[in-house]
Amino acid sequence: MESKTKINAQDGKQDLVITREFDLPLALLFKAYEIPEIVEQWMGTKVLKLENKNHGSYQFETTAPKGNKYGFNGTIHEFILNQKITRTFEMESANFGVQLEFLEFEELTNNTSKLTMHVVYRSVEIRDQILQLPFAQGLNMAHNRLQEIAKTLK
Amino acid sequence: MNLRRDVFQAIADPTRRAILVLVASQSMTAGAIASNFDTARPTVSKHLQILTECELLEKEQIGREINYHLNPQKVKEIADFIEPFRKLWDDRFNKLEAIMKQYKTDN
Repeated sequence: MESKTKINAQDGKQDLVITREFDLPLALLFKAYEIPEIVEQWMGTKVLKLENKNHGSYQFETTAPKGNKYGFNGTIHEFILNQKITRTFEMESANFGVQLEFLEFEELTNNTSKLTMHVVYRSVEIRDQILQLPFAQGLNMAHNRLQEIAKTLK
Repeated sequence: MNLRRDVFQAIADPTRRAILVLVASQSMTAGAIASNFDTARPTVSKHLQILTECELLEKEQIGREINYHLNPQKVKEIADFIEPFRKLWDDRFNKLEAIMKQYKTDN
């Protein structure tokens, strides 16, 4: 089966495009970005503030399993219902700086829709670092698991 | 972890990427590889050394010559490096889809 989420990250560029097709009508997909209680559910974060309007802003706070709190925030440059959201995003605890996000929502059929997320980073290096983050975390986890297995063998 | 980071440093350099593309089609000697570049021979040697150290290239002694060839296993690891990032978003969007389907039924 073809994967529904696609990433297009070209070599040497400071941006990337994430696309995803949903088995949801456009209005329902958009609601997942609009209603704070729903954002909280699928993003797994607490929404401290979400002003969905031109020149609005948002603030999220995620609590890690070990209890550490991580803040995310950004400003909403443009908000057009069922069409697009242009916003910035920043991880407060990281040194990646601000990224610019263009979210475009499209209707495919009455019951399917598509999200295109174009993300622009400050530099090629930062984009590559962020792309590699889950990969590196996966490696760390594999490493930790190996250590645990090694302990049981002793 | 250090070794892996080196792999990404290795492919961050355009000359080293060009070397990998060259060697991908056939195994080559250092001299044959260097003849494809305007860069000085010792510079190409340095690039070959880095690529060998992070296991992207493998050396094979044939008589007096050393042939370099690609290590497909290692290359595959790099090709897959974007997959965990994609998986993260895929999981997130699957959750969104499931929640919204439930929301539709409830409202």
